[in-house]
Amino acid sequence: MSLLAVAGLTKRFGGVVANRDVSFDVRPGELVGVIGPNGAGKSTLFDLITGVLRPDAGDVRLDGRSILGQRPDEIACLGVARTFQKLRPFPEMTVVENVMIGAFQKTSDVAAARAASLRALEAVGLADRAEAYARALSTGQRKRLELARALATGPRLLLLDEVTGGVDQATVPALVRLVRELHARGLALIVIEHNMRVIMEIAERIVALQLGEVIARGTPSEIMQDRRVIDAYLGEAWRA
Amino acid sequence: MKRAVLLLLFLAALAFPVVFTLPFPRHVMIMIFLYGALAVAWNILAGYCGQISLGHAVFFGIGAYTSTLLVAKGQLTPWLGMAAGAALAVLVSQLIGYPVFRLRGHYFAIATIAVGEIVQTLVINWDWAGGARGLFVPIKRPDSVVNFQFHQSKAVYYYIALGLLLLALAVTRWLERSRHGYYFRAIREDQDAAASLGVHVAREKHRAIAVSAALTALGGTFYAQYVFFIDPESVFPLSLSILICLIAVLGGVGTLWGPVLGAAVLVPLSEGTRVWLGGTGKALDLLIYGGLIMVIATLQPAGLMGLARRFRRAP
Repeated sequence: MSLLAVAGLTKRFGGVVANRDVSFDVRPGELVGVIGPNGAGKSTLFDLITGVLRPDAGDVRLDGRSILGQRPDEIACLGVARTFQKLRPFPEMTVVENVMIGAFQKTSDVAAARAASLRALEAVGLADRAEAYARALSTGQRKRLELARALATGPRLLLLDEVTGGVDQATVPALVRLVRELHARGLALIVIEHNMRVIMEIAERIVALQLGEVIARGTPSEIMQDRRVIDAYLGEAWRA
Repeated sequence: MKRAVLLLLFLAALAFPVVFTLPFPRHVMIMIFLYGALAVAWNILAGYCGQISLGHAVFFGIGAYTSTLLVAKGQLTPWLGMAAGAALAVLVSQLIGYPVFRLRGHYFAIATIAVGEIVQTLVINWDWAGGARGLFVPIKRPDSVVNFQFHQSKAVYYYIALGLLLLALAVTRWLERSRHGYYFRAIREDQDAAASLGVHVAREKHRAIAVSAALTALGGTFYAQYVFFIDPESVFPLSLSILICLIAVLGGVGTLWGPVLGAAVLVPLSEGTRVWLGGTGKALDLLIYGGLIMVIATLQPAGLMGLARRFRRAP
């Protein structure tokens, strides 16, 4: 059975259809990539899955049970964690305190949460900044912080909204390696990513969106040869 | 070092009434403790959890009216009334919370003003509870702890007020170190991000306002037993809600000691101008508050605590 099943999701904002009849599923331990040009409805899709937005039609099922209508915190407690495209650290809290908010999902003991958070920061390579205020971090460090925060909740499914976006080129390989490690440890992920080289490399399956609709889904090699994806997104250069 | 300073301050606070036996200095200290406690209580909801309430007079008034009505109509000891007032304030805070916590930022603050005005108007028109004329606390002699009345000396009031302040500080300290303290601050910083990490935002806000309301109500009962007369104009006014906010903002929101510091600066100012200028100077303290707030907001938004921190950092 699939871990997450998205079926016929539709979301309208006034006259704009952000998602139209979007369906796909994620199996346990799978890494699914979501690609599409700006405005294709990728972040809206994440908001629908995590309960931030309510769909106009369709269903989201976790372990075969609908999670539609549940609040974001309830869905988080079911094991679905996310990061935000526009990073949202708690600026006036320290880095480790940021992560503790996630860690409290596993323990209500402050000392235990702090220890678990330090381990999560170790895993993302941010342990040396643990006592700094989050506002003092660079964009790359904030990405790691959001990742650590989401990981500390102990998720079964992690939704990453742009792993490498806005990060300098030198930092990209380290972040990609991090995502691969998580995947290798059996975590299921849905990854929105603009960097095609990165997503083709790490995803097992890819869902391509355009103007809110799924125009293709399949393995990276299938996607790379799909006419509609090339026309909509990849451009002529990929055809060669 | 810090521990030693706090211990010294505590001992000085205990010894104060022994050294200063005149009523006025004791009165000023009592007011510092009372308003300090109110600001510390407000700070739990506003400073830590980020929900700026301008309706806290509601809880103060509930504390004052509950105990006074129970004394006047039921001959119950004000201590019971104090507990009942706190319980009622918690209940009311939960009811208020449902609609107002849906609002964010300025809209939340405006809604709490509206709630405060509604409650004040209701009490003004509630004849059984004295209406606009207010209520006297029936004077009982001799002085006794059970009656919560001390006409001979202000010393006992002094220690009760000190106790209230210490209680509010202890509760804040405890919250600060618990999971909920972390949740409160996360909600203040970004409630959507907090929710995405599994924080039940509404429940935590209700928790914060419950604690804040209960502590504020205790202050209301104390006020009634100290002044022996309450009316809607003295215990439910918007100006009280704003004063509580100003004290905390001046001292530094979201810090344990900030509100106490704010009270220690503002209360003597207000009591001082009252004594020096009498009734004609009634608005002068407000002018000074206004000026201070402008200075603080422009130069040091973190309040006096921010200033203190800056000095400590300097070599």
